[in-house]
Amino acid sequence: MPVQSESLTSQTTPPIETAIEARGLVRQFGTVKALDNVSVTIRKGEFFSLLGPSGCGKTTLLRIIAGLDMPDAGTLIISGTDAEEIPAHKRPVNTVFQSYALFPHMSVWENVAFGLRMKKVPAAQITERVERSMALVQISELKARRPGQLSGGQKQRVALARALVNEPAVLLLDEPLGALDLKLRKQLQVELHHLQRRLGITFIYVTHDQEEALVMSDRIAVMNAGKIEQLDNAEEIYERPNTRFVAQFLGSCNLIEGAVTSVNGKNFSIRSTLGSLRVVLPPATPDTAIARARLKIDGKVTVAIRPEKIRLAKKDELAFENCFAAKIDDLVYSGAETQYRLRAGEHILSSVALNAKAGDTHFAIGKNVLCYLPESSLVLLDD
Amino acid sequence: MKRNSLALTLSATALYLFLYAPIAVVIVYSFNAARFGATWTGFTTKWYSTLLHNSLALHAAENTLWLGVFSTVISTVLGTLLGFGMSRYEFPGKEVFGKLLYVPVFVPDIVLAVSLLLFYSIIRSWLGLLELGLTTMILAHVTFQIPFVAIVVRARLVGLDPSLEEAARDLGANEWQAFRHVILPLILPGVMAGGMLAFTLSLDDFVVSFFTSGPGSTTLPILIYSSVKRGITPDINALSTLIILASVLATIVVAILQRIKTSTRNHIK
Repeated sequence: MPVQSESLTSQTTPPIETAIEARGLVRQFGTVKALDNVSVTIRKGEFFSLLGPSGCGKTTLLRIIAGLDMPDAGTLIISGTDAEEIPAHKRPVNTVFQSYALFPHMSVWENVAFGLRMKKVPAAQITERVERSMALVQISELKARRPGQLSGGQKQRVALARALVNEPAVLLLDEPLGALDLKLRKQLQVELHHLQRRLGITFIYVTHDQEEALVMSDRIAVMNAGKIEQLDNAEEIYERPNTRFVAQFLGSCNLIEGAVTSVNGKNFSIRSTLGSLRVVLPPATPDTAIARARLKIDGKVTVAIRPEKIRLAKKDELAFENCFAAKIDDLVYSGAETQYRLRAGEHILSSVALNAKAGDTHFAIGKNVLCYLPESSLVLLDD
Repeated sequence: MKRNSLALTLSATALYLFLYAPIAVVIVYSFNAARFGATWTGFTTKWYSTLLHNSLALHAAENTLWLGVFSTVISTVLGTLLGFGMSRYEFPGKEVFGKLLYVPVFVPDIVLAVSLLLFYSIIRSWLGLLELGLTTMILAHVTFQIPFVAIVVRARLVGLDPSLEEAARDLGANEWQAFRHVILPLILPGVMAGGMLAFTLSLDDFVVSFFTSGPGSTTLPILIYSSVKRGITPDINALSTLIILASVLATIVVAILQRIKTSTRNHIK
């Protein structure tokens, strides 16, 4: 697939060109708001994931971009053109459907050629582009088969070739790996990632699998109840979740509630049922504005910490700030790491420790330990 | 157990006799040499050859065929579009309309026939159109055939993954292309089965045809009815046998098409 070379126009005001821009999209089904005033800008050439539980609106957003559904309000701009007037079959986007939606009465070759045939591309070009597209996803030898004779992974590749042959500006993928077994899924994740890098086409990838999103995406929009809760790259989303929902949807997270006791230029302290905790101030960005506004004396706040950030030490080791006495309630040893359930006062904390050193022994159930919650690992949440 | 299976065999035999004995009698007597009455006087095929020289019967056969073909083609196209529209689009009153589709199926033929006759005569007196004849018969047959086609086609469409049509549109097909290249090929067995059903209904219909026919548009069922009033003749038996044969063939075709339907279902889902 040739990557369409972009002429460097001096006209572009923003440094990064925009593939999709959504402004205030609303879509309501009965009383359910599938999209509740969603605004998002997707950059040209990025691997963008929409991540969230089922019913969060991620597939609705994808269908609206594809033109298979219409928003009740809001504007959608695709490659600089208002998409409202463009019907699905004329949009420069193609979709890989969750069910693959391969045409059962056509061969693999005919499936891949379908889009070009509908656009009345000359036959010689169709042959060339179909062959190229099938080679790209390694299904050339399957061209005479019917979809009914293919495995799940093969169907997936055919669906991909059928979309990519049209050289879309944006490729939409609706949980494309959902129906495959774990091993195949991992393999295809890597392939999809490479493919996107090679082609430079904008990918919008819908998934409910947080690991999938973290592994593949340049940026992730975490969606919940029709809204985008947080939009950032994988590391920021994982390390600095803004909301309770994001913190708990991606990986597991310990939440601690408390009241603010002091705030200074670098950090703030809270009084929680666990004890007094010192937390670094969140960076002063627009994303953290809501959280920072909560930092008033006696203001109720929630802070989060990932299990792997909690450090455990023997009871008799030197205690300092953000250290609490805890008891090992339960543990799960899984070779590379050990997961602990800690009881600290009335709090239950989960922690994970990497068994890094040779002969590392994990703590036994019932043992009293010290747990340390580093102030830089604690994140202030919006809610 | 044995008693049960004996009872089962007996009742099954009785049922089959009840269903098929009259038909068998007509077929057997179409080969009876006797000109009148029910006595068997020997085997002959001469009634079939008299039939071939009976210009009234040939003309009626021709009418029946044209009526069947025209009405089936029209009702299959309209019924398919109706079935597609019913499964594909949302519109106010869709629920009620879906139920109304069954009304022509349940309304007694005689009521439908009288209604159509009345309707056509009103149109005729207002607009001077629709003289009774083959045209009114075709229209009448289309009226009772459409629901059958639509119901069969709709059943087929229900099993179709809606994302197939969306995929077609996504890949650049407009609505007509998506229907023509994706939907139609996949529902074709259903469309054909609906069409064959419509054709057999037309072929066998007497009541509606009788009421809406005009001079010169006599069909085989009407011909048989009027001949029988003058007494059953062996060539009528031969004619009936041929009609039975045609119906059986059509039924077999429908059954084969239905089988295609079930064997492709797993591909469709």
